Amino acid sequence: MATLANNLNEKVNGPVSAALLAGGIGSAAMGLVTLIYEINDKSAFAKSMAWSKAVGGLSGKSMWSIIIFFVAWAILHYVWKDKETDFARISSIAIALLVVGLLGTFPPVWELFK
Amino acid sequence: MDMNVREIWTVVHGMVFGFIFLLGFSGALYMIYSMKPELLTADGIGRTAKAAKVYVWGLALSVWAAVFTGAWVVYPWYRAVPPEGTLDLSTFPKFLLIASESTAKWHEFGMEWKEHVAFIAPIAATVVAFVVSYYGPTLAKKVGERRAVMIFFIIAFVATAIAGMFGAFITKAAAVR
Repeated sequence: MATLANNLNEKVNGPVSAALLAGGIGSAAMGLVTLIYEINDKSAFAKSMAWSKAVGGLSGKSMWSIIIFFVAWAILHYVWKDKETDFARISSIAIALLVVGLLGTFPPVWELFK
Repeated sequence: MDMNVREIWTVVHGMVFGFIFLLGFSGALYMIYSMKPELLTADGIGRTAKAAKVYVWGLALSVWAAVFTGAWVVYPWYRAVPPEGTLDLSTFPKFLLIASESTAKWHEFGMEWKEHVAFIAPIAATVVAFVVSYYGPTLAKKVGERRAVMIFFIIAFVATAIAGMFGAFITKAAAVR
């Protein structure tokens, strides 16, 4: 999936793949955390999302997705920063994960799982 | 025409930060799309790349500001619980909406969707800003990367548009006062 750059003058696509995939992971995290929360908003998991009493569960859900985004980006960037990656495959996965995020944050989808 | 602190923050969240992104999106998207040798000279690509860097980072920062002011400033006022026995729910928007069957869906569907989907926008917009900055003018040679970035940017716009649209409708039905 990753090789060193062939042409030293050209920038490798590793950092770009890392950013895109991290963006997908962060978005999917928002979708999945929201879905799990909404399936049972009285569960221990749901209660643990209330990092702020004023903001409620949204505080934990959003902060987890943001943290997961930046942590995933940092890790992927470290691993791929000097590498040429299979961009087509990685970007497809990233976009699919964005769609997971969109679906997980859509209220009618929650009803399918309740 | 007086506005109180809550109304001012609601305007800052939606009509300043949110609007900056929604209005600026199409120009930035076209800049990225037009970075092609068939459409621009090398000098044009260079100039566009330089301007696009500033533009997309500005839009990304704006949408981060929109979600943070929304979630951490305005939303607590929106969802505040009225004291027991409160009859006038006009300053408790969430409870005003769910008190009536005719308006409950504005919260149960509209706000629930808006408050969650909105967070995808700054994540996606930040990715776009990074890629545009990283490649600079060489983005013109990267067809696949440019396409992926435009998809991310469009999804960021869709998420923001959903949040903005429901924000406007909910404010009409039950404003944060």
